[in-house]
Amino acid sequence: MTETTTRTAPDSGTEVTLPVQTDLLRLATAGSVDDGKSTLVGRLLHDTKSVLADQLDAVHRASADRGLATPDLSLLVDGLRAEREQGITIDVAYRYFATPKRSFVLADTPGHVQYTRNTVTGASTAQLAVLLVDARNGVVEQTRRHAAVLALLGVPQLVLAVNKIDMVDFDEAVFTRIATEFAEHARALGYQDDAVVTIPVSALLGDNVVEHSANTPWYEGPSLLEHLERVPVAPDPHDAPFRLPVQYVIRPRTAEHPDYRGYAGQVAAGVVAEGDEVVVLPAGVRTRVSKVDTPNGPKPRAAAGHSITLLLADDVDISRGDLIAAADTAPELTDELDATVCWLAEKPLKPGAKVLVKHGTRTAQAIVTELSARFDEQRLSSVDAPDSLQLNEIGRVQLRTSEPLPVDTYAASRRTGSFLVIDPADGTTLAAGLIGVPLAPFAAR
Amino acid sequence: MTAIDAEVELPGDAPPQVDNLDALESEAIHIFREVAGEFDRPVILFSGGKDSTVLVHLALKAFRPAPVPFPLLHVDTGHNFPEVLAFRDEIAERHDLRLVVASVQDYLDDGRLQERPDGTRNPLQTTPLLDAIGDNRFDAVFGGGRRDEERARAKERIFSLRNAFGQWDPRRQRPELWNLYNGRHRPGEHVRVFPLSNWTELDIWRYIQREKIELPDIYYAHRREVYQRDGMWLTSGPWGGPREGEVPALKTVRYRTVGDGSCTGAVESEAYTVDDVIAEVAASRLTERGATRADDRISEAAMEDRKREGYF
Repeated sequence: MTETTTRTAPDSGTEVTLPVQTDLLRLATAGSVDDGKSTLVGRLLHDTKSVLADQLDAVHRASADRGLATPDLSLLVDGLRAEREQGITIDVAYRYFATPKRSFVLADTPGHVQYTRNTVTGASTAQLAVLLVDARNGVVEQTRRHAAVLALLGVPQLVLAVNKIDMVDFDEAVFTRIATEFAEHARALGYQDDAVVTIPVSALLGDNVVEHSANTPWYEGPSLLEHLERVPVAPDPHDAPFRLPVQYVIRPRTAEHPDYRGYAGQVAAGVVAEGDEVVVLPAGVRTRVSKVDTPNGPKPRAAAGHSITLLLADDVDISRGDLIAAADTAPELTDELDATVCWLAEKPLKPGAKVLVKHGTRTAQAIVTELSARFDEQRLSSVDAPDSLQLNEIGRVQLRTSEPLPVDTYAASRRTGSFLVIDPADGTTLAAGLIGVPLAPFAAR
Repeated sequence: MTAIDAEVELPGDAPPQVDNLDALESEAIHIFREVAGEFDRPVILFSGGKDSTVLVHLALKAFRPAPVPFPLLHVDTGHNFPEVLAFRDEIAERHDLRLVVASVQDYLDDGRLQERPDGTRNPLQTTPLLDAIGDNRFDAVFGGGRRDEERARAKERIFSLRNAFGQWDPRRQRPELWNLYNGRHRPGEHVRVFPLSNWTELDIWRYIQREKIELPDIYYAHRREVYQRDGMWLTSGPWGGPREGEVPALKTVRYRTVGDGSCTGAVESEAYTVDDVIAEVAASRLTERGATRADDRISEAAMEDRKREGYF
């Protein structure tokens, strides 16, 4: 069901009723190889009855072909030939399941060190991440690294699933030790205690995944699914200043609409209403919103996440790549970016590199002027002025762009504070860029 | 293991579905506009099926009140249902969209392709599709694929780069971050774009209901002569059936997917309206592909193998 909420629009001062998607949770999984992520996801799909009979039959057949006594639920999700052959997840996959309380989009990400970039991919849109550890091993280097990446990308809620709890005889002391150690790490990453939940599970046997387990009488918290159904979903912040990256100019030039000139885009942050004063960047021209058009006809206002078309009071020269923003709280316009990047390519980053930066709907040329630090996500420390950044490394860079970009910090806005770094030669996505240094522990050192 | 098929839900008793259609619509429209802004020659792959019909509907909404700035492309296997072809033509005409048709039959007639021993033409679509993309220099090709359809599809990006041979390499996919899509490609390469990636079959039907989208009649229950092969009900027709020993029967059926007539099965159904279909899909214990697509049963990785070759 779509619920509504009432708030005051920042620009017009009018009361606004906004639909809030309380019913869709985007989540990602993370964890080391063989911690059982695919089995956990398979178990969630299976126990929420999101697996249909033909898919289950296929898993039964494939498991029997491999000589397994019980069905291997990871075969439900490991869809590529190589994954099934090697028994590992190579690439991020998206899964869909629903309960009467909520719908879920799950980004199932691989744990291999060389595929950390997929954790970044999954985490970039996630509202919650389920991080797995093996109860026998506890918090390991990869756990700390993944948690840091999740924190860096601003994933608001964490679940630590202490998997294979059956392999340690459902021992409460083991669980408590892991939970305590992880809580301390999460706190260092800036998580409030109530944003982190630790659950003892057995993905293989189903303990505490959907149903409470009789094997863990000492555990009084929710099962994983109960938590996923209940955890508050932070909607896109409506109280953030309005931002609309212009994607496309709609000009029908038809007999019916000879003068229609609309600026199409998805609201990246905040709320926009008819009559609001806005500024068009980088030109800096001020005007007013004369109409908020939507795919379902004109509306008085629109909010973050909505794809809309704005019509403006004055005839302003606007094209793809421009940003329409709230006039009084416009972002800074700069051609010097100070940013954190997660390097996702095999070719290393070196100072002096010429790249493309895609920010919002604008792609600008850029030069990496400085590589000032490399972060060690495990130790939460940093190395000054490294020579290069290698695949899966995270660092702080300065970039000079060929034109000024209207930027927010990532901490203020996930949408207008992020960018892609692209190789101009072959179009490869080289890095995920986050404006500013969002992780306090890194910045301090 | 928990037994999952103990209880059978009756149509009408389906659990209430939560409403995230606005979010899915908004995301799809954003994707259409990104492609319109970044590419020179996009095209929408349109079969007349439910997913591609929803795709066209979303494209119309994305650019309203201006016309859709892309043509349509259909790969006609020569084994398509006549009513679906009529629907395809009518949609193109109604919305004043240019329709490009690539015909498998043409390739068979002049010997560029050979009929397969099993008679199915679905795998033969790849060559005419890639030729049409090359000949028309299409650089972005929208498809109605959804990640919930199949395990290999679940691995697909929304923007999926294909090399000059149209091939998909799952190990070399670009990371897809936030809602920033990278459409860069070199000459000869193209990008497959899947705006419905995050939709499920039920979302599609609920959207069809909400938006009152018209579909070919074969999606709704009707009487039809069918025969059974490999546990599926196939329609009698020029695509090679019934063969000897296959007995035609008159059944009340409908189609969950629309594809090549030689390998797309009908399901027995009394769902005459959109509401009926939603109740039926919500209660179904079979996926649409498992129920009705013979070509996905060839091997555990049939879809992945076809995608690697350039098929959707």
